Amino acid sequence: MSTALPVIQTEFAAAFSVDFDEKLASCGIELRASRVDTLQVNVGKLCNQACKHCHVDAAPARTEIMTRETARQVIDAIRKFRIPTVDITGGAPELNPSFRYLVREARELGSRVIVRHNLTVMFETGQQHLPQFFREHEVEVVCSLPYFLEQQTDAQRGRGVFEKSIAALRRLNAVGYGIENTGLILNLVYNPVGAFLPPAQEGIEVDFKRELMNRFGISFNHLFTITNMPIKRFLDYLRRSGNEERYMQKLLAAFNPATIDGLMCRNLVSVDWTGRLYDCDFNQMLELGVAPELPQTIVNFDPETFTRRRIMTGSHCFGCTAGAGSSCGGAIS
Amino acid sequence: MAYYEEDDLQRFPEIAKYRPDLFEKFMAWYQACQEDGALNRREKALIGLAVAHALQCPYCIDAFSQSCLEAGSNMEQMTEAIHMASAIRGGAALIHGLQSHNSVNKVSM
Repeated sequence: MSTALPVIQTEFAAAFSVDFDEKLASCGIELRASRVDTLQVNVGKLCNQACKHCHVDAAPARTEIMTRETARQVIDAIRKFRIPTVDITGGAPELNPSFRYLVREARELGSRVIVRHNLTVMFETGQQHLPQFFREHEVEVVCSLPYFLEQQTDAQRGRGVFEKSIAALRRLNAVGYGIENTGLILNLVYNPVGAFLPPAQEGIEVDFKRELMNRFGISFNHLFTITNMPIKRFLDYLRRSGNEERYMQKLLAAFNPATIDGLMCRNLVSVDWTGRLYDCDFNQMLELGVAPELPQTIVNFDPETFTRRRIMTGSHCFGCTAGAGSSCGGAIS
Repeated sequence: MAYYEEDDLQRFPEIAKYRPDLFEKFMAWYQACQEDGALNRREKALIGLAVAHALQCPYCIDAFSQSCLEAGSNMEQMTEAIHMASAIRGGAALIHGLQSHNSVNKVSM
């Protein structure tokens, strides 16, 4: 595995001048999907938080949310093609009036359902029963917690978020999430609080487990380390703080071809709040749709056509291939 | 001209220009030292940070601050490492006070 750890980098060309596809070609790699086993549904940009690193630019004032009609089209596709995994994200997806409909229907159809949950939304009006709702439908909950200390977490996600997140994790534990032998999966997500790459997933998971248990009596299943993508709000931060060039150089220097096989775009299709299709949630935020020769919306979706499709890329893709790699399920290699 | 340039850290491989064989040996050794072993990468990065402060090398301080973050360390841990380096430097100066005392005692009645 190549990482930026020694810091003396022998490759120091600016990432901006390197095209991701050219980089792959230089390694003899052509990036294509292998299958479609996950439909990632982004139900919109509405969120109760406005985190500094958010690639969605989600916030309380955002109005772009999926309608019930589009949610029905999503469910129709899940029913028609028996999609094994449905990964629901946002924003804070729970704030969408169709969220519960999507979860219930997808679960009834037998799909595994993952919800990307920001923890604090549980304390918003009408959301108090989320832990019970998650349990009732055996949803896999993936929660953002960038660090086990208040200072780092609040610096990224806003003042008071850490305290609420700990309270929310306790509520999830109380209904059985993250507790051994309950089968209720509670995974956490670590994002670097700044312009640096995540640590090795295994090591930091051990730290999170020890510290969250010792300090707060909280347990969870796994920790996913995810690299911050140089797009939207995180890119704004990089530019404002004068870190853009250095961060891109870091991503390029840490390019690891061993991550390619495990990239999430190879087995996932992403759908936005309007029903448009993308190769991943990051492409979605850049409005970089699936290849033009493919059906562009969920109503025309067909997994067979999307298997072996060519993946649309940009310089942000270096974020998923750096070091141990990064995906919605954490490190790759 | 400033004596230290931030960009020079990235230009370090240019040192290889006149004796690439020696630089190659150095890099192999340098990188091998930082791999997981009896000590893990995080512990080694914290040692690197402490030594960087003891040496007061701005390149090393920059490099190992990043390494520590990317190894999952937090500011409390990093600050403790810096205090370790500083305390040992302070202690090393202070113990030399005995040299001074010895010197004074030798010529004193």
